[in-house]
Amino acid sequence: MAPAPSSTSSAITLTINGEKYPLSVDHRTTLLDALRERLDLTGTKKGCDQGQCGACTVLVDGRRAVACLQLAVAAEGREITTIEGVADGERLHPVQQAFLDLDGFQCGYCTPGQICSAVAMIEEHAAGWPSAVTDDVRPEAGPPPLTAEEIRERMSGNLCRCGAYVSIVQAVAQAAAVDEEAAA
Amino acid sequence: MRDFGYQRAHDVSGAVALLGADPDARFLGGGTNLVDLMKTGVERPARLVDVRELPLDRIEVTEEGGLRIGATVTNSDLAAHPEVRRRYPALTQAVLAGASGQLRNMATVGGNLLQRTRCGYFADVTKPCNKRVPGSGCPAVEGEHRNHAVLGASEHCVATHPSDMAVALTAFDAVVSYETADGPGELPLTEFYLPVGDTPHLETALPAGALITGVTLPPAPVAAHSRYRKVRERASYAFAIGSLAAAMDVRDGVVRDVRLALGAVASRPWRAREAERLLTGGPADAEAFAAAADAELAAARPLPDNRYKVTLMRNLVVAVLTELAEEAAR
Repeated sequence: MAPAPSSTSSAITLTINGEKYPLSVDHRTTLLDALRERLDLTGTKKGCDQGQCGACTVLVDGRRAVACLQLAVAAEGREITTIEGVADGERLHPVQQAFLDLDGFQCGYCTPGQICSAVAMIEEHAAGWPSAVTDDVRPEAGPPPLTAEEIRERMSGNLCRCGAYVSIVQAVAQAAAVDEEAAA
Repeated sequence: MRDFGYQRAHDVSGAVALLGADPDARFLGGGTNLVDLMKTGVERPARLVDVRELPLDRIEVTEEGGLRIGATVTNSDLAAHPEVRRRYPALTQAVLAGASGQLRNMATVGGNLLQRTRCGYFADVTKPCNKRVPGSGCPAVEGEHRNHAVLGASEHCVATHPSDMAVALTAFDAVVSYETADGPGELPLTEFYLPVGDTPHLETALPAGALITGVTLPPAPVAAHSRYRKVRERASYAFAIGSLAAAMDVRDGVVRDVRLALGAVASRPWRAREAERLLTGGPADAEAFAAAADAELAAARPLPDNRYKVTLMRNLVVAVLTELAEEAAR
């Protein structure tokens, strides 16, 4: 909905985990604050609130993004998926299952962001995207194997202050392997 | 954060009209830099014009064999595009060397060019900064300047431009297209960023109210043999303390064509034309690479705590050109 130019708030509808949420937002509201403070979707965590830690990672139109730098008003019309929406009903997403199986966390605060990030990262890799540690980025070189080095680089936007990285990398690798088997 | 109005533009002329060259309004792309700066009070726009939905999200091969990249293409899509990876691999490497997967999904090409320096004094509204508040002073010259500029700076500002992408684009002679109420225009990226002088608050040559619509890369066969090397204080997800985009065509041990742009050493990506001139037609060996780097860096005016950058950049040039020469010899 187009607000009057002088207005500093708008009535919008956010689409989150397939459901419509009409709400009125002050334009200063980030998607992160709208989720947590207005819509009671508190699975998405606030860490740094500056785009540096990844705790607030959600999927926007299927791609991972930090909700703290996304204005809620600018998210209208886009498909948002939060940690509350990644499972298939009672069946956990393979990334969720792998984090449980392999203890991919300690305190758990960064975990929703880690999981959302990993879900989308595995898709990015499956789509053939190179990373900063990929030796040869030319398309002819083909997609790089998802080594621990590749996982660490691709997940570098998600910090874990407990330092659970070793298990996180293992969990992501396991989930990616499940994904590959399913695709095969 | 200051209250602000929000409007979403659906076409280029509409976006330009909505902004109306209002100095208190800003275009909003991915928001990864602007929203952050609004939170800290560095940016205090009264209105945002959201340009994310403009139909500028395509990458096309031009008739000449270059690329035209729309302004709202995300960093992720730019880096992943097969023609970018094939024709300008250093551009893909540069984009992937910046930020995180999340931020690259949000950030746009147009916004990347206009991102602001990460100088700590610029980011802290309690400190003087000539870029943020003209005439207030530059504490970095005598304060924290370990990561600051060694080339083209002035006593008024020693901030660096933080973009990795722009360094590769500069090496490949990118041209920025923009739209204004009076019609379209173009600026070579090498003339896009203004010299610092005593006006560090004036950063680009874009006319007031102009909307960046895209970036065009001319065909450059040499760019197929290119790479981007970034040095930073941790392995990933950090700004550069020095970077290099390099492309070189070597035949029979002789440099036929070479492109060099240095990053994180100046207020803009630094095209190393003096080094390119010295190298072209000469031997592709470490001695020539070092001599060319030294000639380019003769203009460096480091501060006490960033002298290391001169050596760092010299070593980067030699190392990356040596790798490219070895590749060419295979």
